[in-house]
Amino acid sequence: MNANIKTWIEVGCLEDIPRNGARCVKNGEMTIAVFRTARDEVFALEDKCPHKKGPLSQGIVHDNCVTCPLHNWVISLRSGSAQGADEGHTQAFPVKLEGNVVFIDLSFSKTTG
Amino acid sequence: MTKKLIVIGNGMAPGRMLEKLVEADASAYDITIFNAEPRVNYNRLMLSPVLSGEKTYRDIITHDDAWYASHGITLQKGEKITSVDRDAKTVTSAGGITASYDKLVIATGSSPFIIPVEGHELEGVLVYRDLDDVDAMLSAAKSGGRAVVIGGGLLGLEAAAGLKEQGMDVTVLHLMPTLMERQLDEASGHLLEKAFKDRGVDVLTKANTKRILGSSGRVTGVELEDGVIIDAAIVVMAVGIRPSTQLAKAAGLDVKRGIVVADDMRTSDPDIFALGECVEHNGHCYGLVAPLYDMATVISQNLLDGSALYEGSVTATKLKVTGIDLYSAGDFAQGEGREEIVLRDATAGVYKRLVLQENRIVGAVLYGETSDGPWFFDLLKKGKDVSEMRDTLIFGQAFQGGTPLDPSAAVAALPDDAEICGCNGICKSTITSAITSKGLTTLEEVRTHTKASASCGSCTGLVEQLMAATLGAAYSPAAITPVCGCTDLGHDEVRRLILAKELKSIPQVMQELEWKTSCGCAKCRPALNYYLVCDWPEEYADDYQSRYINERVHANIQKDGTYSVVPRMWGGMTSSAELRAIADVVDKYDIPSVKCTGGQRIDMLGVKKEDLPLIWEDLGKVGFVSGHAYAKGLRTVKTCVGTDWCRFGTQDSTGFGIRLEKFMWGSWTPAKLKLAVSGCPRNCSEATCKDIGIICVDSGFEIHFGGAAGLEIQGTQVLGTLPTEDETLEHVVALTQMYREQGRYLERIYKWADRIGYEEIRRQIMEDADKRKHYFDRFVASQKVAQVDPWSERVSGKDKHEFNPMKTLEMEAAE
Ligand code: SRM
Ligand SMILES: Cc1cc2nc3c(=O)[nH]c(=O)nc-3n(C[C@H](O)[C@H](O)[C@H](O)COP(=O)(O)OP(=O)(O)OC[C@H]3O[C@@H](n4cnc5c(N)ncnc54)[C@H](O)[C@@H]3O)c2cc1C
Ligand code: SF4
Ligand code: FES
Repeated sequence: MNANIKTWIEVGCLEDIPRNGARCVKNGEMTIAVFRTARDEVFALEDKCPHKKGPLSQGIVHDNCVTCPLHNWVISLRSGSAQGADEGHTQAFPVKLEGNVVFIDLSFSKTTG
Repeated sequence: MTKKLIVIGNGMAPGRMLEKLVEADASAYDITIFNAEPRVNYNRLMLSPVLSGEKTYRDIITHDDAWYASHGITLQKGEKITSVDRDAKTVTSAGGITASYDKLVIATGSSPFIIPVEGHELEGVLVYRDLDDVDAMLSAAKSGGRAVVIGGGLLGLEAAAGLKEQGMDVTVLHLMPTLMERQLDEASGHLLEKAFKDRGVDVLTKANTKRILGSSGRVTGVELEDGVIIDAAIVVMAVGIRPSTQLAKAAGLDVKRGIVVADDMRTSDPDIFALGECVEHNGHCYGLVAPLYDMATVISQNLLDGSALYEGSVTATKLKVTGIDLYSAGDFAQGEGREEIVLRDATAGVYKRLVLQENRIVGAVLYGETSDGPWFFDLLKKGKDVSEMRDTLIFGQAFQGGTPLDPSAAVAALPDDAEICGCNGICKSTITSAITSKGLTTLEEVRTHTKASASCGSCTGLVEQLMAATLGAAYSPAAITPVCGCTDLGHDEVRRLILAKELKSIPQVMQELEWKTSCGCAKCRPALNYYLVCDWPEEYADDYQSRYINERVHANIQKDGTYSVVPRMWGGMTSSAELRAIADVVDKYDIPSVKCTGGQRIDMLGVKKEDLPLIWEDLGKVGFVSGHAYAKGLRTVKTCVGTDWCRFGTQDSTGFGIRLEKFMWGSWTPAKLKLAVSGCPRNCSEATCKDIGIICVDSGFEIHFGGAAGLEIQGTQVLGTLPTEDETLEHVVALTQMYREQGRYLERIYKWADRIGYEEIRRQIMEDADKRKHYFDRFVASQKVAQVDPWSERVSGKDKHEFNPMKTLEMEAAE
């Protein structure tokens, strides 16, 4: 299989997600947090903080980051990397918007198990 | 024989194309242009000044009959093309004219989108696209009444301003929370809304049109989803445009959203070009003229066998409403590696924001002062590295070159008559001479003596710099800890300004108080949300996305992402029915732990988020409401058994505790607030280490406050003793309100009291009956909106999205 082939999966509409908020998509065992920023950009991260697995979907969204609800690490929505002095990384998934429909590419999650 | 060129549509794009073409080779083609509109070519952008009365149709004509005649171009006015025969290479018009072509340019522009709501076909429902629409609006305006404009984008706002100028009452309905949300961020959107309201245009955001009302076939009003009805003599729909592609589609050309062209601007038929708003290039459809002009140049060359390529355009927008200056260009979403520079000058109503990526400007929004727009846009288009001038970039072109001054040197260099405080009209020399002649050393003194920075406070920084420059080493500014990195203001300053400037939303606070980031952070947003909830209880709409998760879902998040549920047990009392309901819920939802909390109630731990509303529903049936064990708000009121059972009890401590809890539950406070009532000084409910505690004695009730038994341990101090429950309640409530209004977010009552002094609090609550009464009344007023059980609200469907996944993927789907 080719990692470059994207398999876009429809997960819902932009309006389903509150501005500056997130919704979850369950994919088997894995939960994916789908975020919507103040400017209607959409991002997807595995719903697990690199610190102690806090559910990032429950954090406060600001700029293009989310602050983890458990111990306030700040995670970049685009890259999944912890900001500032903290170090760690959460899996980020490609997202595209067609009109107001949100698609996520999960092919990467498969290859990494 | 000269080749034949036919152009369909005579808008702004072909106008430019023809100019370029005849300039390069006037005799290359025999040109015919068909236009559905029965007139020559005019500047569509200038329709708004025609609507507002600043210009007339004559002023905006770009190509008159003489121009076509002198270039030998045949203009067929009022002839709409209805079909293209690509095999025969001919076009046919509605009026029956058939003409043949060697090359064809389709430039049909776009048409306004009409929301297909009930009533959209009524007479008086207009769009805003061409001169006929303007004429229709102008004649409607003569009979007065109200115009409702649906759509708060560029066009809608220009229409609204124009109709207002023509003497109509105008209401703008906009679906999104802020105006022009595609071009502007929240802060500038808010400024724009204010500017429109200031000129008397009503603006309703989040307004969803349900239907258009009419009688005898004519529009009479608009009904919104929430039931509100607005009377209307006309309705102007300005909700967006669609590329006009029917003709191209019928001719079998490749059409997606627009007519698809390659970089050479040819459609899927090499003899047919498409131009203007009807085009889709590289996935983009444009709605502004600048890109269309670029396309026009490319086509004019390719018609002459050139090989010019169109590479797409970045666009800039300006709102053309006299007195409102707004400019936006490029892409200003935030993102990885993107930095922003924000300049806010609240007094002057100026907001500027630049978005940089790799030291290059990628986006710019200017409000209030737009003269540097074109300069920024030029830097953006050229992709110029701006690192050299980064520090002064936002101040514009005039500030570049020359040596930048450090801020206090810059203030020192200002002339004596430079205005420092705009609100009070105080100039520099007034302040410096007051400082030297009266020996002022603190900001407060300068405020008292000169009034400078005493109103809106946005010049505080300047005044402090002036003090530093005048006093030198003698000036030591009081160290204010800013709320967070997004502002230099401290909590107290922010609270003071929220009231003084009547700021009623988070974006408004950020704009007026010159926040340095565009939408704050996880530190300032919850604080601002609390201040607004507290200060404008009846007007402010709580922003849940600015609350921590616990307060958003009304349960406490646990380390594994599950939640705990703590129902209120008033004063620690419970019953067999309540206990049974808890036991049933624990069994039904398989809750792993049940525990007595340190706050005299029961905690169910390890609940799955999806189960929360179901559990609350079951608990609600026996009368349980949320215990707010998660809230920066009233938590528990612990009690002891008191006179009901205890041989030492002096008063009904249980009953009074319950009364207090019922009176005060639901209120939000700067930090959590815990109370206790003990029936005698043995103090079994530990009232002397609570935020507010009451020790019952024979003569009445001793009110304590400022205790701590968590991160720090501190005994309470006595506020005073009162003979009756009623008076005690009034004092406790007044004290709470004073703390609500003055406490800094996350500051417990003991820290607040340590800061402002126990004596001062006693003076205001015990001695100043008027003050106490006012505090009490304000608390009662805010309880009217606060005392709603968040659990039952959610059981009835509020914030449903919070508790369910947006989607559960079947495993197959991911294969
Ligand atoms: C459940 C409970 C422990 C228990 O099993 O008994 C508890 C649990 C928590 N306490 Fe507590 N506190 C509980 C009574 C107390 C008490 C005792 C009391 O209220 O009489 C104190 C000392 C009194 C005080 O508040 O000063 C107490 C002082 C704290 C503190 C220190 C606060 C401080 O300003 O010093 C924190 C940390 C904080 O708030 O930042 C804290 C924070 C917490 C949090 C919210 C920690 C967190 O953020 O996750 C815990 C939430 C657990 C949950 O999900 O339910 N808890 N906590 C008690 C709930 C009482 C209730 O019914 O609402
Ligand atoms: C009120 C208003 C204000 C605006 N302000 C700005 C602004 O400030 N800045 C900016 O950049 N842009 C602005 N625009 C947008 C700008 O005017 C358009 O982008 C531009 O005019 C589009 O040019 P065009 O040639 O593609 O199409 P148009 O100018 O729309 O011309 C298309 C023409 O084709 C005719 N036509 C359509 N179908 C047929 C057919 N089958 N046969 C014959 N004729 C046909 C139509 O009648 C129309 O006259 C504004 C638009 C409006 C309406
Ligand atoms: S506080 Fe006093 S009255 Fe109340 S239970 Fe304890 S001993 Fe009894
Ligand atoms: S788990 Fe996210 S900060 Fe600790």
